[in-house]
Amino acid sequence: MIELEGLTKRYGTKTAVDHLSFQVRPGVVTGFLGPNGAGKSTTMRMMLDLDNPTSGTVRIDGKHYRELAEPLKYIGALLDAKAMHGGRSAYNNLLCLAQSNRIPASRVGEVLDLVGLTPVARKKSKGFSLGMGQRLGIASALLGDPEILMFDEPVNGLDPEGIHWIRNLMKALAAEGRTIFVSSHLMSEMALTADHLIVIGQGKLLADTSMADFIQQNSRSYVRMRSPQQERLRDVLHANGFVVVEAGNGTLEVDGATTEKLGELAAENGLVLHELSAQRASLEEAFMQMTAGAVEYHAHGTDVHSGAAAPGPQWGTTSQGA
Amino acid sequence: MAAASAVLQSEWTKIRTVSSTVWTLASALLVTVAMSAALCALFKSTFDDLSEVEQATFDPTFASFSGMILGQLAMVVFGVLVVGTEYSSGMIRTSLAAVPQRATFLFSKIAVAGGLALVVGLATSFLSFFLGQALLGEHRTDLGADNVLRAVVGGGLYMGLIAIFSMGVATMLRSSMLSLGILVPFFFLISQILSAVPKAKEVAKYFPDQAGSKIMQVVPDAMGSEKAPYGPWGGLGIMLLWVAVSLLGGYLVLKNRDA
Repeated sequence: MIELEGLTKRYGTKTAVDHLSFQVRPGVVTGFLGPNGAGKSTTMRMMLDLDNPTSGTVRIDGKHYRELAEPLKYIGALLDAKAMHGGRSAYNNLLCLAQSNRIPASRVGEVLDLVGLTPVARKKSKGFSLGMGQRLGIASALLGDPEILMFDEPVNGLDPEGIHWIRNLMKALAAEGRTIFVSSHLMSEMALTADHLIVIGQGKLLADTSMADFIQQNSRSYVRMRSPQQERLRDVLHANGFVVVEAGNGTLEVDGATTEKLGELAAENGLVLHELSAQRASLEEAFMQMTAGAVEYHAHGTDVHSGAAAPGPQWGTTSQGA
Repeated sequence: MAAASAVLQSEWTKIRTVSSTVWTLASALLVTVAMSAALCALFKSTFDDLSEVEQATFDPTFASFSGMILGQLAMVVFGVLVVGTEYSSGMIRTSLAAVPQRATFLFSKIAVAGGLALVVGLATSFLSFFLGQALLGEHRTDLGADNVLRAVVGGGLYMGLIAIFSMGVATMLRSSMLSLGILVPFFFLISQILSAVPKAKEVAKYFPDQAGSKIMQVVPDAMGSEKAPYGPWGGLGIMLLWVAVSLLGGYLVLKNRDA
């Protein structure tokens, strides 16, 4: 169990983390979500006592990180894949970490095997690709066989095979009853792996909820329709008591209806349809709406947020069948 | 608390598994011994050309350490890299996550690296001494003469302390490049130049290298060098104060700043 209480970090006048209080419960995967610059990495560094909080505390099973005698046996963390000495071999990088926490040297071989780096164990880590560096970082996190694991953006920069591997690894670790705390700026990634969700924006806590509740509250289903006879279609829908939203580009969005029902209605009225599809507003959209007011770096010129429920082939929208 | 013995073992693994350890320490030894030998050979062949004062105060022991002025730079590089690569590689965050007790971490690292530097320093000074004396011919001295053993052991201590001082500075500055950019010109140029400038040399006498190198002289104020207001051990004491200040500064920076 990790407990954060009023954790705050200020750099000059800028507040990176603002009175953050939450708990990371044992035995589940807790996703830590926020846009870039929301304070996720700063929070994680404070949890490991690498950065000093301006105020507030972090306790791990009731103790400060600095009070842990051999912390690698409690918490394993992947913060930054390249946080190893490039001139040292993968094996030796892990060996010096193991020795500092009195972890037997045989464990180094075990974790290298677990992450699939045994063939390059004696190679200098500076020649490693991003994916191999990430695997080495994960091996160092697993070194002490800890109950709690912390991963900061573990899938960043990985190829699909690597992403798949990390997802499965996290699930397997959680299934063993470990506590997993994983940060990401991608909701879609969290939806696949996390049981519990903590969302922050500009250093403030925006949500602390179970994944299931978040999905239930935030996903909206609707049917998208496109027709050359748009005016008539709209009148027909209104006449039958449907709520219709005009979404631009000649498309209509209808809430609370099935494609079957609307298709039959169009046929009865002899209307030509160019599109009839069930849509679900993705969790990504819900996340973006939640953090809209708290995004650190806006892209100028594109209005991301009003487009959240817009139609068209946008990355934020997924077809139900996809 | 993390067991100090475990952290010491870990720091020893760190130091022996990077190639910079070998090449910096080997350079310190080879450069010092080779340059000292060359200068000793030169002293022998040109002894009659030296001024009367220089002849009268000729210090064969000190002469056999003349290469240290260059060799100490390799010690500076060793000291800086031991600490600096933790920062440049980002390893420092991994290291501190494993050993969050920062004093244990820092002083274990310095004990291991400093101990190694002292051993190599002693080997360097003894080798330099014996080779130098062999080349000085009739001007030579030997280990049994008054104060010679003190000077030779002192030469080893000097080399080790230069490395430890550099570790402290690198911990304060948290960067290899910045530390080297300050320490190398300081020891190689600034300290040497200032010690030759009137008035400035009154201050330069108290620089760590100027004060510390007195321990290597058997003849006080050897070869027409400036009179110092302290003896050989006093000079080493001044150097130790510099080392203590750099380590304290390094510790305070490490303790208080974000990694």
